[in-house]
Amino acid sequence: MADGLTKSAARNIFYGGSLFFFLVFAGLTAHTHWYMVNVSTDSAGLTESVKHGKEVWEKNMCINCHSIMGEGAYFAPELGNVWERYGGHENPEAARAGINAWIRAQPLGVEGRRQMPAYDFSDEEMSSLIDFLEWTDGIDDQNWPPHPAG
Amino acid sequence: MKYETQKVALPFFMVAMALFTLQVVFGLLAATVYAWPNFMAEVMPFHIMRVSHTNLLIVWLLIGFMGCTYYLMPEEAEREIHSPNLAYLQLAIFAFAGAAALVGYQFGIHEGREFLEQPFWVKVLITISFLMFLFNTSMTLLKGRKTAINMVLMLGLWLAAVFWLFAFYNPTNLAVDKLYWWWVVHLWVEGVWELIMASLLGYLLIKMTGVDREVIEKWLYIIVGLALFSGLLGTGHHYYWIGAPSYWQPLSSVFSTLEVAPFFAMVVFAFTMFWKGSRNHPNKAAMLWALGCPTIAFFGAGVWGFMHTLSFINYYTHGTQVTAAHGHLAFYGAYVMLILGVITYAMPQIRRVQPYNQVLNMWGFWIMTSGMCFMTFTLTFAGVVQTHLQRVLGMNYMEVQMQLELFYIMRLGSGIAVAVGAGMLLYAFFGPVREQVPAGGTQITAGAGSV
Ligand code: HEM
Ligand code: HEM
Ligand SMILES: [Fe+2]
Repeated sequence: MADGLTKSAARNIFYGGSLFFFLVFAGLTAHTHWYMVNVSTDSAGLTESVKHGKEVWEKNMCINCHSIMGEGAYFAPELGNVWERYGGHENPEAARAGINAWIRAQPLGVEGRRQMPAYDFSDEEMSSLIDFLEWTDGIDDQNWPPHPAG
Repeated sequence: MKYETQKVALPFFMVAMALFTLQVVFGLLAATVYAWPNFMAEVMPFHIMRVSHTNLLIVWLLIGFMGCTYYLMPEEAEREIHSPNLAYLQLAIFAFAGAAALVGYQFGIHEGREFLEQPFWVKVLITISFLMFLFNTSMTLLKGRKTAINMVLMLGLWLAAVFWLFAFYNPTNLAVDKLYWWWVVHLWVEGVWELIMASLLGYLLIKMTGVDREVIEKWLYIIVGLALFSGLLGTGHHYYWIGAPSYWQPLSSVFSTLEVAPFFAMVVFAFTMFWKGSRNHPNKAAMLWALGCPTIAFFGAGVWGFMHTLSFINYYTHGTQVTAAHGHLAFYGAYVMLILGVITYAMPQIRRVQPYNQVLNMWGFWIMTSGMCFMTFTLTFAGVVQTHLQRVLGMNYMEVQMQLELFYIMRLGSGIAVAVGAGMLLYAFFGPVREQVPAGGTQITAGAGSV
């Protein structure tokens, strides 16, 4: 062990260095916050409905089966790009109908297949939820995931 | 036990171990669903099992940290705990909040962000209880002796409380939400909790090896320095794909790689002190945990973390079973083994007997640790196959999952081994006192010539 280093020098390096790195980190976080609001996400498109959609997403804790932008559980498919997977970029109406139909069809009850629970969303909740997923798909996330498969 | 109020730790340890048992039960349920998807599908869907599993983990680790702190503080500060009654009250509030959250989950009462699912009022109760704990222990420290061990420990606990406050901030913009969510999750496990880990290890090593405090405390500052210098900017390994600027990719690839350093330093630290030590402490089982904890943490956090932390690798592995593999071994090595080690060390003194049931304890150590390692290996294989099929070839998620069945069955098997090991350990802690000293061959001894 570095014998030249005294305990109090080690302590001072720890406090000083940590403070320095914290300030750098906080500064970069502030910049990232600004970047997210102004560059990488569609702030203008963050409507009341998208907001409500996020609430529906949270109220039903979808995150503990699915991942969204790669975070969450790994039990069910990635949903950050589900809009793309359902062809939303080419045909938004069909994607909307498709996602809606999938959720309404639960539970599938196929033997030996993972099951998604049934949710009795109102039409308004359903459409907010889909708005939220569409909005999320639009986040500029450095082209992740590599394939539409998620 | 030199100070009467160290026994305050006992109910904390008991509650922590009860919740640990439940955590393992919910883990087994969730793993069973992975193997047989229709299992309990109507009664308790997977997401309820998972939220129970992860929340129990967090709650019991926090209660465990509190117990460890109450046990350590009188000895380090050389005075009794400020108020034992406040400690019991604070534990009751925390345990009530945790239990209420758990029961609520079964009825669908929760918020919706991963790991932070506790309803608002539960979060408030947790905050209040934690502040009571910080007050109680800080008062003890303020009036007593200040050492590097108790100062770093309290700093870690205070900062954990500060970063916890971000759990109350839930922006509507999902990208911004994720940005600050990691201020709780990453800055805890790869930041301030490492302060708690290093100081508790330092305490165990001082007590058990007899190495000079000056030496141990200098190491301690170096380790926690390495942890925060790398871990703060390392947070950006979670900012690669969530709508953050691209500079995080090179920056955090480098800094999160450096996060391996403090974990490696803890291994070197523990083993060097162990070999240097002149004292031949009778609690062999506790020594085993004190060496095992940094070792498994180095593999789980360091090696398994590094495996997927470079941005060009993480691009493919992000959010696959590779992550689950790493999460398990890192949490187990760094924090589960840490608390189990302190409990192993403290229990004989709290019960005022010689170190006891050591052979059983060590069997628990090996069986549980082997189980967690095997679980990590099988999830890693599953993750590599998943990454290749889904992320490289672009195969459909559900089709890929069907290819992984065998790995999931093996994960369930290793989970059963973990449960068996945990059962043995609990019996060793709380069951009747049998052998006072371990039988011959199982000794581990420090110092030259005493093999
Ligand atoms: C004791 C320390 C650590 C613990 C307890 C821990 C735990 C975890 C957990 C639970 C996750 C998953 C979070 C989620 O749900 O999305 C995670 C993700 C991750 N960890 Fe760690 N970790 C530790 C240390 C490290 C270190 C030292 C590194 C790097 C060298 C690292 C690299 C990563 C990476 C890159 C991810 C993201 C995985 C992904 O993209 O899906 N971790 N960690
Ligand atoms: C009997 C032993 C265990 C079994 C069978 C088990 C099983 C599971 C399962 C099935 C999941 C959900 C994975 C998913 O989202 O798809 C999970 C998540 C998790 N478990 Fe366990 N578990 C066990 C023990 C533990 C232990 C001892 C720890 C702590 C050291 C732990 C920490 C975690 C964490 C942190 C997650 C979330 C991972 C992430 O988000 O990446 N588990 N576990
Ligand atoms: Fe991290």
